[in-house]
This record gives sequence, C-alpha cells and structure tokens, in this order.
Amino acid sequence: MKVEHACSIIAREQLTPDTVSMTLAVGDMVSSAITNTGRPIHPGQFIHIKCGEGLLLRRPISIQSWLGTRMGGTITVVFEAKGEGTRWLAQRQAGDTLDVLGPLGNGFRTTPGPYLLVGGGIGVPPLYACACYTGCSSTAILGFRSKDRAILLDEFDSECIDVQIATDDGSLGYHGFVDALVRQELAKEQARPYLGVLACGPKPMLRSVAKAAAEFGVPCQVSMEERMGCGVGACLVCATPMRDGAVKHVCKDGPVFDAEEVDWDA
Amino acid sequence: MPDVNMQVELAGVTLKNPVVVASGTFGFGREYSQFYDLGELGGICAKGLTLHPRKGNPAPRIAETPMGILNSVGLENPGVDAFIKEELPFLRTFDTKMIANISGNTPEEYGVMCEKLSAAGVDMIEVNISCPNVKAGGLAYGTRPELAAEVTETAKNHAGGVPVMVKLSPNVTDITEIAKAVEGAGADALSLINTIRGMRIDVNTRRPVLKMNTGGLSGPAVLPVAVRMVWEVAQAVKLPILGMGGVSKGEDAAQLMLAGASAVAVGTALFADPFAPLAVRDGLADIAARQGLPAVSELTGGVMPW
Repeated sequence: MKVEHACSIIAREQLTPDTVSMTLAVGDMVSSAITNTGRPIHPGQFIHIKCGEGLLLRRPISIQSWLGTRMGGTITVVFEAKGEGTRWLAQRQAGDTLDVLGPLGNGFRTTPGPYLLVGGGIGVPPLYACACYTGCSSTAILGFRSKDRAILLDEFDSECIDVQIATDDGSLGYHGFVDALVRQELAKEQARPYLGVLACGPKPMLRSVAKAAAEFGVPCQVSMEERMGCGVGACLVCATPMRDGAVKHVCKDGPVFDAEEVDWDA
Repeated sequence: MPDVNMQVELAGVTLKNPVVVASGTFGFGREYSQFYDLGELGGICAKGLTLHPRKGNPAPRIAETPMGILNSVGLENPGVDAFIKEELPFLRTFDTKMIANISGNTPEEYGVMCEKLSAAGVDMIEVNISCPNVKAGGLAYGTRPELAAEVTETAKNHAGGVPVMVKLSPNVTDITEIAKAVEGAGADALSLINTIRGMRIDVNTRRPVLKMNTGGLSGPAVLPVAVRMVWEVAQAVKLPILGMGGVSKGEDAAQLMLAGASAVAVGTALFADPFAPLAVRDGLADIAARQGLPAVSELTGGVMPW
C-alpha cells in the first residue's frame, strides 16, 4: 500500500537565485520502493509535493538523488522557484515538514554505462542520479541559459568521465545549444560506444536531442513534462501523444519514454 | 469510529457509507487501490465511458485557479467494451458499489451502453449529460429539458433493472427545470453538480492556460454553488440526490446532505490527498455523532432555511 509521507527538510541550499536544493527525511519511502517494486528508486522518478494550503494541486519534482538506510532514507530534489507553488516550496526551511507522495512514475532504464546524459536547465538534476547509477562511466552534456544559472557541475564532475557545458549566451563552455555537442560526441562513437542517450529538459531540446540520437542510431530515452493533476494516473490530465496515435500519461506511463515512441510533431 | 449508522440508500442501492468518488477523478480504481482498500468507499463512479474509445483533448488539460482547478480532459477513455472486459472484473473484486458513467453523441448510444453495462452487471449507471469538454452531445443534452428527458428515457428503457442516475450540469439558468424533465422521464436518481465552465489566461503569453481555451471548474471554489443547486433541486423533485462539488472534508459533505443529498461524491480533493474520501467519511461520522444522530442519513434534507 502506498502512503503519503510527512517528510522533514533536513538540508536546504540555494544553488542560484531561483534554484533550490532540498534534502528530505523520507522514512521508509526509499526502502519500501524496493519492497513494492523489487527495485530501488529509478533515476527520473519524481515525488509529488503539496505546496501550501491554498493550492489544490501537488507539484511533481524530479528526484536528484537518494540514500536508503535501515534508519530511514533521504531524497534530494532540486527545483526552480517558477510559479506560486514552487515559490512557496522554495521558502521552506530546514526543520519544516512537507507532505510528499512518492516515488512516482517510471524512470530511466539503465545498465552500467556508458551513457550520454543530456540535460537542459532544471532538467539537469535527475540526470545526476543517472550518472551515479551508470558506474561513473557516462558523459554529461549540460545546457544552461548562462553561467550564473549553471548548477551541480562539481557533482557531475565527480560521477562522470567527461562533462561538457553549453550556454545560450556563451558565458560558460560552448556557445549554443546542447544538440550540437551531442552530435559532436556521438560522432566519436567508435571511441565511446554509448548504450544510449538519456535526456531531460525543455521539449524543444528533447526533440533535437532525440533527432541527433536517431541520426547516429543510438537509443534515446527522454523525460517529458506536462501539467499534472493526481500524479498517479487516475485523472488523465497529463496526456502526451505517441507516434502510433496512442495517448500516454506523463505521470504513470512516464515521465521517461523512449524517444522513438513520442510524437514530436504534436 | 463513532457509533453512527453510516449506511445510506441511493435509488434502492445500499451504500455502506455516503461517500462515493466522483467520475473522472478516480480512473477505474487501479491507481488508488494501491493506497487503500476500495471497499472502504460507499461507491465508485468510474471514469466516463463512451461507446467507442476516445483520446481526449490536447494538453495542457489542467489549470489551477483560486481554490479550484479547471480541466479539459475531454472524456479520454478506452470505450465501454474495453471497460467491461478489462476494468470491471477488477473493480468487482472490491466490496463497494460500482457506478458506471456514460456519455453519448446520440440517445441511441446511451441506450447501447446501458444494455451492455446492465448485462455486464453494474450497480448503477450515471448518465452524463453535462460534460463541458466535448463538442457533440455532452453538455447539449444537459442544458435543454426536452433533450435531457429523451436521453434519460432511452437510457432507462435499455438499463434493465439497473438504476439510472442522471448527472446534471450547473451551466444552466434554472437547474430545477432540467431536474424535473429528467424525473418525468423516469430517472431513478440525480447527481450534481458537474463542473462549471471557466477559463484562465496567462497574462504574459496572453494564451489561455488550457489548450481547449475553456474547461470545467471544480474544487472548493464550487462548493457553495453545489450546495445551492442541491438545495434547489431537492425542493423541486422527489428523486434521491448524489451531491458533489468541492467536497474535501466532512463538513462540506454534511452541507450537501443537509441541502438534500442522500450521498456525496469526492473528486478534486483526491489530487491533493488520495485519502480524502476516507477523511470525508470519518468527518461526516463525527458530525453525526456530535449531533447525537443515530444514522448519518438523518442529515439528508435537514437544512432549516430562514
């Protein structure tokens, strides 16, 4: 049986003026994820957090990393204070308690790597868990609007073979979008036979990364975003169209999908 | 739990408690069955069905509003046959009343679905004539008394012995006119209210938040509208009422019952709290106990208007 958890914030860090990292004490959420599904949390899964009393909808936040111990687990999330709910969340302090549902959704399916991890903006954090779970053999290509918005660079450095940065304004790393770096990296494929591309970020980025991966014949998984209601697959609001004409739901069928099943023209 | 008889009757169907989950907010029960035994519920109104599968509307299908949400799902569902084959057997494993919800483009479609569902064995059929999110049928039937009556009559003629409950739209000038027409056509119960048409605009992009531009408003914001409409309808007809609209705690449910509802449905509150229906049930029991009522059904119609 699933339950809602009252989780206390045990650490909070402001990564940029808009981006916050929070570590929550989640009780048996990590260990029961193993019991219920026969596996630990998958990178790319999310938790659904209640943000204040006046807002009726929870906010789905990707899990960046987790720790499970017999004494209780922790989950770390990194999110951007963008709207009313996430601004409320960003104002919580260590010691405050949050109402959390999770872990929810289907994450990235990985084996020990190497993978090419491609993140854009606030899509970067869940790929950190991918980096940790692919045997420190992966390469990360991370895109940000500008240098002052770059996050988690040291964390990726310690878990990846190589980290490449792109910024929209050229203030850090490559001046341009991540898909150019993805093509460049996949062109070296003989040197590094990637098992797949794992991507999370805005939909236009995912579309171009999926296209690049397809050009090089490398399997690609993408983490999709859509406005969500219940978060468990009952209300059907987070619909995303598939190439075969089917409709899938980001919260229950995803958020991670095979890039080739997604209808990118929809 | 306080010593209050929680059992209620709705169109001859006995519910173990007055709390039902509202159609469209609970899927076909599978997801929430991972949180608790669905046998705790008085009943389940399953996701709205159509004769053929529907993909629903493009996303975004949801927007948050002050104490409410707008949705424009558009009746995405696998169709009545797939429901009967793949979902109903699962729902039947729980000790709760199973209420199927149907929408059609013609009265005949309602009739065909009623026949199929009646043969498959459901406890009640909720006839949706009030979906604001589909072009054909849907709301059109719910806003004109003669059309509402026609759909009701056809449904009733094909439902065998299964009670037919008609779900009314609040998007009308006088809901009692529709209620009376539906009663006259032989309905066994009424459920109300469906969502209220609404709209939210992103002032920066100047785009409506919903891809369909407009959607249906639900959540605590609509509770007073629901209470008022249940009260009006309860005075206008003799049919039992399943009251819904913004119920998230026992007191909300008690208001609807005092206004005249025999049972209540919980919907949007599920999104914030999967356990909301159980909290509503327990809250209702507390209120009845505090008021010294031996049975929760004694709340029904108990309002003392000025």
